[in-house]
Amino acid sequence: MTTAWQPSPSLPPPASTVGAVGWARSNLFSTWLSSVFTVVLSLVTVYFLWQILDWGIFSADLAGKDQSACDGDGACWVFVKDRFNFFIYGFYPDAEQWRVNVMFFLLAALIFPQFFENAPYKKALGWIFLTVYPVVSGVLLLGGAFGLEFVDTDKWGGLMLTLVLSYVGIVAALPIGILLALGRRSEMPVIRTICVAFIELWRGVPLISVLFMASVMLPLFLPEGTNFNKLLRALIGITMFQSAYMAEVVRGGLQAIPRGQYEAAAALGLGYWRSMWLVILPQALKLVIPGIVNTFIALFKDTTLVLIIGLFEVLGGVQSAIIDPAWQNVAAEGFFFAAFVYWIFCFGMSRYSQALERKLDTGHHR
Amino acid sequence: MNEAAASQDNGSDGIIRMIDVNKWFGEFHVLKNINLNVGAGERIVICGPSGSGKSTVIRCINRLEEHQRGRIIVDGVELTNDLKHIEQIRREVGMCFQHFNLFPHLTVLDNLCLAPQYVRKAPRAEAEETAMMYLERVKIPEQADKFPGQLSGGQQQRVAIARSLCMNPKIMLFDEPTSALDPEMIKEVLDTMIELAETGMTMLVVTHEMGFAKTVANRVIFMDGGEVIEVNEPNEFFDNPQHDRTQLFLSQILAH
Ligand SMILES: Nc1ncnc2c1ncn2[C@@H]1O[C@H](COP(=O)(O)OP(=O)(O)OP(=O)(O)O)[C@@H](O)[C@H]1O
Ligand SMILES: [Mg+2]
Repeated sequence: MTTAWQPSPSLPPPASTVGAVGWARSNLFSTWLSSVFTVVLSLVTVYFLWQILDWGIFSADLAGKDQSACDGDGACWVFVKDRFNFFIYGFYPDAEQWRVNVMFFLLAALIFPQFFENAPYKKALGWIFLTVYPVVSGVLLLGGAFGLEFVDTDKWGGLMLTLVLSYVGIVAALPIGILLALGRRSEMPVIRTICVAFIELWRGVPLISVLFMASVMLPLFLPEGTNFNKLLRALIGITMFQSAYMAEVVRGGLQAIPRGQYEAAAALGLGYWRSMWLVILPQALKLVIPGIVNTFIALFKDTTLVLIIGLFEVLGGVQSAIIDPAWQNVAAEGFFFAAFVYWIFCFGMSRYSQALERKLDTGHHR
Repeated sequence: MNEAAASQDNGSDGIIRMIDVNKWFGEFHVLKNINLNVGAGERIVICGPSGSGKSTVIRCINRLEEHQRGRIIVDGVELTNDLKHIEQIRREVGMCFQHFNLFPHLTVLDNLCLAPQYVRKAPRAEAEETAMMYLERVKIPEQADKFPGQLSGGQQQRVAIARSLCMNPKIMLFDEPTSALDPEMIKEVLDTMIELAETGMTMLVVTHEMGFAKTVANRVIFMDGGEVIEVNEPNEFFDNPQHDRTQLFLSQILAH
């Protein structure tokens, strides 16, 4: 007679390894040394947290209109409040600022659904964000058409300028970077050489000197009297620079795709562009999402460098505001505010990339 | 005689014709004067020791590898550097690889629909219908919405076969389709291939599965050192090999 095989029952784990107490015991107090570290680090953390909260909130001043409202033993947020408009819109005329607000609103409305798995029209909104949105925003911000008053780019500044620079840099650098990466792996020597030269040229120069050259040297080569918009010059410089970086990130992804994928696509009769677009790039880009977002974040922060060619984005705005004699000792508040603004956006991008990676995981692990 | 006429050679005898084909990898002479004439509906098994050039021969037929000398004519079209001809031939020739090479970012159904949709320009509904038909034929229609990474090796290889069949090819090439599989999965893939053979498909199969060769093949080709050493019908080939190298090879693979 045979007995049917029965799996042994699964037992619950020992109590000491589960729950908050179990976790703390195994992670924070496993040895006496670990316990000492836990206690000391907790005290240090609490102390600094308290200092920051006290400075930033409990002893801080928010009510009032000028320096006299600040008593000096906490953050003077009155300053940030007073110059807030400048930090967001730069010199954009007050009466026209609703146009910037519309741009902000559309940006938020188009991006927000991308964070959610099952948002309706997600794909369509994504394409609108990449195609229609820049045109609408451009017309809206610049004006001079549809009865909108013309606002010269000299007046653009603050967060609005930061977003314009980053948006253009990001949206243009990715496709150009992809083309450069494909070109660098091309079998045609001429194309390969051009792409390698372009990438190495831009990667070898600091962005700050690219911007300097764009503002100081470019006019020397252009015919007398041509007025080449300063913002446009910065945008071109930033885009070229970022494309070169993006190209190398994407190339890393392309190299990680096994040859069998190229061969299977070819064997099915897909030509070069279709193989790339349908088979290779979706996999390669997915692999390098962290690298791509890293480049985006770097770009977002690098936009601060346009300060040196006389454009005032958030940080530039803060910097010019704290040297205003009407306010004293407000540097910390200003920089804290700028840092906070940058952090919000960069953190958002980072979260988005993580959500994307999770979504694109198809259970295929190499 | 003009170019077009030369390349539109109407393949009077054979759907695949290789005439004095030679190929080098750098200095290394991989294929030496390969001559092969495959009739429509014929099933050919190619075997031989590792590195003998088996893969290279069949990869030349759909231009995954380029030959440097000799002629290859597939279904009346000669393989040259002309991309049009290469694409035309690739539409008629399906291929299955040792490591399946499914597209991991697409579902099984999308893997099957991709080429019909983008190469043959079939509407999605029609492509899906064909795809489901072939998934049914390889007996895994219930896996259509899974990703390749969620399937077993045997299932993946059957999906790969179905994917090639969706392009409705006249010729199927197989490069060691079962050698990356666990023993228990080999049979399911071989059964699929035997069924395919029964439909009259022209097949070139690189494999060491002797049972498969005996049941299915019209001819077995033995290669070594980039040359075709021996060609014979299967029973004769296994029972009465003519060449010493063939005998040695057979004794080695039959030893275990
Ligand atoms: N891309 C390549 N570059 C250089 N040499 C190659 C290349 N591909 C194959 N070879 C060489 O050509 C020879 C024949 O290779 P091929 O893959 O056709 O052998 P095979 O008979 O299929 O062997 P296996 O049973 O191991 O698959 C081998 O010596 C191999 O090292
Ligand atoms: Mg091989």
